[in-house]
Amino acid sequence: MSNVPAELRYLKSHEWARLEADGTVTVGISDHAQQALGDLVFAEVPEAGRRVAAGEACAVVESVKAASDVYSPVSGEVVASNADLGGQPELINQDPYGKGWLMRIRPDDKAQFAALLDAKAYEAALAAETH
Amino acid sequence: MGLRTPLYDTHVAAGARMVDFGGWDMPVNYGSQIEEHHGVRRDAGMFDVSHMCVVDLRGARVTDFLRRLLANDVAKLTQSGKALYSCMLREHGGVIDDLIVYYMDDRWYRMVVNAGTREKDLEWLRAHAGAYEVSVEPRLDLAMIAVQGPNARQKAATLLEPSLASRALDLGPFFGTASDRWFVARTGYTGEDGWEIMMPVDEAAGFWGRLRAAGVVPCGLGARDTLRLEAGMNLYGSDMDETTSPLESGLGWTIAWDPQDRDFIGREALAAQKTGGVRRKLVGLVLSDRAVLRSHQKVIVPAIGEGEVTSGTFSPTLERSIGLARVPSQTADRCEVEIRGRLLDAAVVRPPFVRNGKIAIPL
Repeated sequence: MSNVPAELRYLKSHEWARLEADGTVTVGISDHAQQALGDLVFAEVPEAGRRVAAGEACAVVESVKAASDVYSPVSGEVVASNADLGGQPELINQDPYGKGWLMRIRPDDKAQFAALLDAKAYEAALAAETH
Repeated sequence: MGLRTPLYDTHVAAGARMVDFGGWDMPVNYGSQIEEHHGVRRDAGMFDVSHMCVVDLRGARVTDFLRRLLANDVAKLTQSGKALYSCMLREHGGVIDDLIVYYMDDRWYRMVVNAGTREKDLEWLRAHAGAYEVSVEPRLDLAMIAVQGPNARQKAATLLEPSLASRALDLGPFFGTASDRWFVARTGYTGEDGWEIMMPVDEAAGFWGRLRAAGVVPCGLGARDTLRLEAGMNLYGSDMDETTSPLESGLGWTIAWDPQDRDFIGREALAAQKTGGVRRKLVGLVLSDRAVLRSHQKVIVPAIGEGEVTSGTFSPTLERSIGLARVPSQTADRCEVEIRGRLLDAAVVRPPFVRNGKIAIPL
């Protein structure tokens, strides 16, 4: 079973999002996603300053098995991306909700975050996917 | 639910991620595929290959039968236990399967064929066996475990019955030895030293557990694929099939043209292809960009033509992407591959990429 932290929000496409105290949103891929992809070998994350739209493919994670687009959960400006992934893409496998984060976005509209799936709804989506 | 090997419950209990492979529920990894890969290159790993089909062929004319059916020539096998890698072809030269055949004695050969092709292989063997009065017996009572890596033989030997262990340790590469219902061969699909061990199905789980206790790492199909690709070994169904000949698949070396009067199935078509010029070849590719080659990506050879990646992956040993591709015969040392909408430059090399733990190509 994969780990779905209760305090995070999710997309059906297996991204997670966390609202930080400073109002930015940290984004990564879920434990389920990293398990399904297998060992990650590359991660391409957007540079700080880039504008992204909700639902836009703005990062790519590639495993031994497959390449997968990562969609932004919110519209806004990228304020940081995880530089450690360049040398250690396996951080995504080892710690998908921590050191394996992909990017941080300053959202244009906080309401977009509130409208994301909560843990329960994401778990239901996972269950529907596997049955 | 798919077919299950005798080790299915063992894999599930070990937390393996199970996937469908040619109709079989098989472990793709037990955690990290890359760690399993390095385990084989640096120490010892094991694979459940019980889904592959062992077939015993027996009869007074079994040698004649196989000299007709296989593109390689079993007459090369004069010592008991010696193995031969060969393609089995249709009349038009397309590859029905690639296989290993062991010469046991003048009336008995043992063949190992791929899991996904077993039904058509058996059908083809049986359709031709009658004329030679050869019996075709799939050994469903046998499981098979491959132990691979520089320390694999040494670790596994302590767990074999002593007389079998001593004979097994004396085996040269590509030889096998039988003992009652066990069979040990110094063969594999990783580019490392090791054994492929056949045993009665009811002894497989116990043996697997003892190997694990001896420090042999369980490996799934994921690592099996990256290891075989680094070793430059073809995968049936990806790198060759019935629409391609061995000449177009990097397997020209497995065709025994001499003696010229040996009339194997497919010979005429291969000879015609050779005379007319083989238009495509299978080559190795190495990518320097941070991207991964995948099967079916388009290959562009400027001013010459186009081809296709047949297998691609990330090589844990080279830490970059490698692949096999079928390209026009005139292709030299560079090409471009279309990956996710971009054209990336790739070096064309001659496999293997890695052999016995060492990088075997210029980087």
